[in-house]
Amino acid sequence: MDARSWSSSRKRHPLHKKNAENCDRFIPNRSAMDLGYAHYMLTEGTKGKENSTAATLTSPGREAYQKKLAEACNMDRTRILAFKNKPPVPVEAIPKHILSLPSHPPSKSVKKSRRSIPQSSERTLDAPDFLDDFYLNLLDWGSSNVVSIALSNTVYLWDASDSSTAELVTVEEDDGPVTSVNWAPDGRHLAIGLNNSHVQLWDSMTSKLVRTLRGGHQGRVCSLAWNNHILTTGGMDGKIVNNDVRVRSHIVETYRGHQQEVCGLKWSGTGQQLASGGNDNFVHIWDRSMSSTSLPTRWLHRFEEHRGAVKALAWCPFQANLLASGGGGDDQCIKFWNTHTGACLNSVNTGSQVCALLWNKNERELLSSHGFTENQLALWKYPSMVKMAELNGHTSRVLCMAQSPDGCTVASAAGDETLRFWNVFGTPEVAESASKAKKVEPFAYVHRIR
Amino acid sequence: MAARTGSKDIITLRGSAAIVSEFFGYAANSILYNRGVYPEESFVKVKKYGLPMLLTDDQGVKSFITNLTAQLSEWLEAGKLQRIVLVIMSKASGEVLERWNFSIETDGEVVDQGVSREKSDKEIMREIQAIMRQIASSITYLPCLDEPCVFDVLAYTDTDVAVPFTWIESDPKLIANPQMVKLHSFDTKIHKVDTLVSYKNDEWDEQ
Repeated sequence: MDARSWSSSRKRHPLHKKNAENCDRFIPNRSAMDLGYAHYMLTEGTKGKENSTAATLTSPGREAYQKKLAEACNMDRTRILAFKNKPPVPVEAIPKHILSLPSHPPSKSVKKSRRSIPQSSERTLDAPDFLDDFYLNLLDWGSSNVVSIALSNTVYLWDASDSSTAELVTVEEDDGPVTSVNWAPDGRHLAIGLNNSHVQLWDSMTSKLVRTLRGGHQGRVCSLAWNNHILTTGGMDGKIVNNDVRVRSHIVETYRGHQQEVCGLKWSGTGQQLASGGNDNFVHIWDRSMSSTSLPTRWLHRFEEHRGAVKALAWCPFQANLLASGGGGDDQCIKFWNTHTGACLNSVNTGSQVCALLWNKNERELLSSHGFTENQLALWKYPSMVKMAELNGHTSRVLCMAQSPDGCTVASAAGDETLRFWNVFGTPEVAESASKAKKVEPFAYVHRIR
Repeated sequence: MAARTGSKDIITLRGSAAIVSEFFGYAANSILYNRGVYPEESFVKVKKYGLPMLLTDDQGVKSFITNLTAQLSEWLEAGKLQRIVLVIMSKASGEVLERWNFSIETDGEVVDQGVSREKSDKEIMREIQAIMRQIASSITYLPCLDEPCVFDVLAYTDTDVAVPFTWIESDPKLIANPQMVKLHSFDTKIHKVDTLVSYKNDEWDEQ
């Protein structure tokens, strides 16, 4: 077989033959080349006729084919990495600035002691009238360690440091119910989205209404995200509006891309990219630097792979440009995206609706909250996506999750009208930032050879 | 250039990792020169592996490759690196035109138990020299890159590798239905490196 296909490939590739004979510079390695096999893999092999004898040979063609296959099944066992900083583009002969990359962290993994993950909730609070509506974002934990939760028309504040509860506001019957709450980065101001399309900003210290943002949306405002002084709101009308809360005419940008309710909205850690998820099953990535006032902004990436509404979105705290997204009841998948290139890195079917996602700030772990049938919280190891723990307790779907400022405790609110606190992310470790300064020298490690 | 000490034929994991990462540095430079990714003027000639080799003088490219090889040797020493791929893409469309694939097989025993192997410097250099000659000669059969190109490097590592902060995960940037040519391989007795170039089929070639 080999010999025949070899000769046929020679016939069909006059180019190779000519070069091999006429060009003094080409030094073929006959034993290693095996063009016949490569040709076979490229023609017959890719048509799906698997050859059993091929299994013993390690052809790169076969490797590539297997790689593709593995990716299709999401069983990839290697990681593919690339530098964040790309090499300079050829035409600019002299790069404007020479990037001095920070030294790499020591890759030797430090043995960490196993931590035990409590299987039951640490504390349970009643949350009467908590709306069992998948699209709403009714829970948030601010940087001043105060949890805000909206129960129908009322927003309550629960101070985690002294366990005290306070009512912040009850909105008018006609305006409510409250459809979203979100703390500003200062931990003092709270944005409240309402069913009547308005957004209110409250000062939690003085319990005073600071301002009301109107005119951004036609329907209820069910998602909110802060980026410094910009409050981004997502509405039932499919619009995403950037509001500059400092200025009188607060609407500075409108992103149009979703056809249905925008229920997930998260700014990346750098504040450069915004991820939005909608009831139309799309995830969009918007880039701040691409926005202009004159033209309607186009999304940087559109991910159409989810088959259910995407409310759960979480930016990875330890790896830039990595976004996790979770789909609703028809989809049940957690997907990982490189938002720089738009590539889907992994997809895992969880077997249940994904309502919320949170990354562990201290470890490489992801927490997801689910609906029918288990109504559980699941803790996953990243990137292997091995399930480390399942936390049960809620008796209805776990709609919202929020993480404490120290990153250790997670609050979850569910359709069973309870708010539960889980000590799932362990104790914070002292950031061991022993960034050893490494000398940058030409790639010869000559002094190390022998 | 190579520093030599008394024990000539003993090769350690560290030394092997240094040889492989250094090899990749020179190979990448050679590919960038021979495939015309960067202008000819930006390269300078040095002597290495008994051959005249060309190294980029462009600070940006230089520091990119330097940082790259530094990380690679770290992974090589840990035995975590499976493959390095240098991808040449069209600058305009981002289409992948060529993939230079360096597969690495690591001797697990050496990594786990810290034993060393025996192979003479000379022999390894001769094997590397053959690959370098092949890379230089590859322009005779590879299709012309008649548009401005950019390059990127992908590292295939074990899944348990911590991603350094300067790296991100990437898709494999494969070429659909590629043409492949296998080049020589070299073996330090600790790391075995197989070189393969795959490239986009010329339309008239196959059909």
